[in-house]
Amino acid sequence: MEHRYLPMTAQDKEAMLKTIGVDSIEELFSDIPEKVRFKGEYNLKPAKSESALLKELSRLAAKNADHRNYASFLGAGVYDHYKPVIVDHVISRSEFYTAYTPYQPEISQGELQAIFEFQTMIAELTGMEIANSSMYDGGTALAEAGMLAAGHTKRKKILVSQAVHPESREVVRSYALGQSIEVEEVPLKDGVTDAGALKELLDGDVAAVMIQYPNFFGQVENLKALEPVIHDSGALFVVSANPLALGALEAPGNFGADITVGDAQPFGIPEAFGGPHCGYFAVSKKLMRKVPGRLVGETVDEEGRRGFVLTLQAREQHIRRDKATSNICSNQALNALAASVAMTALGKKGVREMAVQNIAKTRYMKQQLEGAGLSVEFGGAHFNELTVKLGKSVKALNVRLLEQGIIGGYDLGRTYDGLQGHVLVAVTEQRTKEEIDLFVQELAAFVQEKEAAHA
Amino acid sequence: MRKDENQPLIFEVSKEGRIGYSLPVLDVPEVDLEDVLPADLIRAEDPDLPEVAELDIMRHYTALSNRNHGVDSGFYPLGSCTMKYNPKINESVARFPGFADIHPLQDESTVQGAMELMYDLQEHLKEITGMDEVTLQPAAGAHGEWTGLMMIRAFHEANGDFGRTKVIVPDSAHGTNPASATVAGFDTVTVKSDENGLVDLEDLKRVVGPDTAALMLTNPNTLGLFEENILEMAAIIHEVGGKLYYDGANLNAVMNKARPGDMGFDVVHLNLHKTFTGPHGGGGPGSGPVGVKKSLLPYLPKPVLIKTEDGYTFDDDRPDSIGRVKPYYGNFGINVRAYTYIRSMGPDGLKAVSEYAVLNANYMMRRLAPYFDLPYDRHCKHEFVLSGRRQKKLGVRTLDMAKRLLDFGYHPPTIYFPLNVEEGMMIEPTETESKETLDAFCDAMIQIAEEAENSPETVQEAPHTTVISRLDEAQAARKPVLRYQKEKAE
Repeated sequence: MEHRYLPMTAQDKEAMLKTIGVDSIEELFSDIPEKVRFKGEYNLKPAKSESALLKELSRLAAKNADHRNYASFLGAGVYDHYKPVIVDHVISRSEFYTAYTPYQPEISQGELQAIFEFQTMIAELTGMEIANSSMYDGGTALAEAGMLAAGHTKRKKILVSQAVHPESREVVRSYALGQSIEVEEVPLKDGVTDAGALKELLDGDVAAVMIQYPNFFGQVENLKALEPVIHDSGALFVVSANPLALGALEAPGNFGADITVGDAQPFGIPEAFGGPHCGYFAVSKKLMRKVPGRLVGETVDEEGRRGFVLTLQAREQHIRRDKATSNICSNQALNALAASVAMTALGKKGVREMAVQNIAKTRYMKQQLEGAGLSVEFGGAHFNELTVKLGKSVKALNVRLLEQGIIGGYDLGRTYDGLQGHVLVAVTEQRTKEEIDLFVQELAAFVQEKEAAHA
Repeated sequence: MRKDENQPLIFEVSKEGRIGYSLPVLDVPEVDLEDVLPADLIRAEDPDLPEVAELDIMRHYTALSNRNHGVDSGFYPLGSCTMKYNPKINESVARFPGFADIHPLQDESTVQGAMELMYDLQEHLKEITGMDEVTLQPAAGAHGEWTGLMMIRAFHEANGDFGRTKVIVPDSAHGTNPASATVAGFDTVTVKSDENGLVDLEDLKRVVGPDTAALMLTNPNTLGLFEENILEMAAIIHEVGGKLYYDGANLNAVMNKARPGDMGFDVVHLNLHKTFTGPHGGGGPGSGPVGVKKSLLPYLPKPVLIKTEDGYTFDDDRPDSIGRVKPYYGNFGINVRAYTYIRSMGPDGLKAVSEYAVLNANYMMRRLAPYFDLPYDRHCKHEFVLSGRRQKKLGVRTLDMAKRLLDFGYHPPTIYFPLNVEEGMMIEPTETESKETLDAFCDAMIQIAEEAENSPETVQEAPHTTVISRLDEAQAARKPVLRYQKEKAE
């Protein structure tokens, strides 16, 4: 058959079969026993031409309410942020996106250097000494942090704050199950980790305490107050941080975090229905040889030129096999490149400015909501998310908002028992004053409507 | 090609006062951080990120890209990695706003198009693998392995069977197999290969027992050979109550020829970034869907995407599920690319893919066999493994030959893998390469074999033309420098 991805001609094929010394391609499959041979044809949709497929899939895509046509107030771990246009141009250079893992450094210096720069930027933002080349996402990075901590401390219990993203907590539990690690949750108090309860739960069996910063409700956890409590017990202090927020918030490394993880999605990475995003993993120097995933290090070539290589590979699965510290192989290299380009474009000044804009817009939203008589829960400092008490169905609110061209917030009742009728609202720098005002107006009108209307 | 000066880091071209961004204009009142955050929590010192204008950013990354080799740059016969062409339509489709700019927690009614695509991809993968259900949640192959093993563990434990602590892997297995087994809480047992490069059935019978949880197998295996005793192996494993795990890394060889589901496998993971052209991205992101047979259905990671009369929905009510393995639903963007590819190929196209992948590998193997040692002389599937033993005796190692290939503009094969071949070179051409490309590569290999005899130093000192020569990896590991620092403490 002819296909634009298959260059062999009938003549080529014939010449090649002759060289091999067989009469047909079929002969090359003669080692597959008759009993397991697939007979017949796959029952799949037939091939489509390029134009026809583009048309079909663009129609399918158009069935979704995307954020070019809708203003999104949905966050909960994934955000609609400013993406410098240059990001997509860089990652569309196929020398990057069609390459494999840089195992041949002489022809992979571009990728290796880009990762080295990524490691540096993440280390800078988090205030940690070392960052790796990326993980799948923030949730699995957190789970790997738990495994690292258990291995390092030889303890078998993890405490995770209930203010950590509910789906990340689930992933932590799944990984912990494999390692027979016990997971306990630290309750909340006014929307942040209950420090008193944490103290009660801490004992000599705890390998790690996991805190999200800012937490799932957008509240800024007081890492400074939590750190001594955690370290006094001998547990590792694990922080899951939104790297954008670190433009305004003090770095976890400066509060003594042992491991800081998170997701670099806010830096130039599309929401893409939840992935691929870009986990990051940063540690203090003492944990360097236990970091999961790939690390790029600087070295020199035979003539003394600076160059970069994958290093400390003795930690990794392809060398250590069943003794490896993690099974991760593929990571999120291309998205780490995207995040690097975004962090470069934003730079020292822009990251701070963008973080502060998020705070300013969220504060404006809070004032408007309160001005409209709505109840914004939890009194602490916010980054770019707020919890609003509706006392009514969040789903119904979101249906109404959709009609106004708005993607509404996250229904906290889905995952928090005490928070039925509460919505988590995200306000990024992308939301205009006009959109925020409309959102508040609709929300206020919805809450004031008689319950019966939506019963 | 070589320059004496170092390629600057982005930090080294940074200059205070330059910007590369254009943020929205703040249209609400400004805030003073002191008014909204406790003083302790305000960042005292800005992170030292670069300050660079847009053109200089683009030139920096363009310069880096010029120092990188991708499939679009040239032939990339990296065994076991399936470095085939990455179709451009995939990239366009993944960037449609309706796929790229949607949030995973939007109301399901607003993302039915995305869910339809995921569901249809699952259906296609079920047919291709012969499995009963597929989850798209795992982010990569290794993640899929661990997910599959956790399901196997859940299955055994649900039967009250807590003594199955061992996972068997062949000595030729990829390193992720034993590592995934460890992460899933199992001990690894290695089964030997026989003189034909296949799993040694006698050794397999010796290592199985009531403690066997599973056997992990790649078929064709990492030598590129089809495990023709697969049904016997399945029987041995199933007889002792274990499960059979299929590592789909090499599926590119057998589409429409043999399906894992028909070979007796209970769990399968696929690498959509290999067979199904999600690009490798310099190391990721990938996507590692897992398919299962009926006995493992209850343990699938949740939520499970299902189709109802009212449309598609994520079903979270799965009491026996191993839980969530990843936030949200997997690497959707990669899944969109894989789906686009499958729909571009159709059933006939996928069949042709495997046929040409196998034709190309056998052709190269026969052209190169006179010049190198071929430890397993039989039809290969999509890849084959040569040994550099003959050249090693001349003082030229496989590493040297790999480096010499760089001078010809090729990415070398996978080297020193699998572990059971001395001085191994694992070559996987894929189906998207032309005969001219295969011939030119073979000619280069033959020239290198001749150089090994006549002018070994040419090979030993390679590469000669790359932007950088061989790097001191020992120093990198001994004195790790893992980030840039303005004032180096040395």
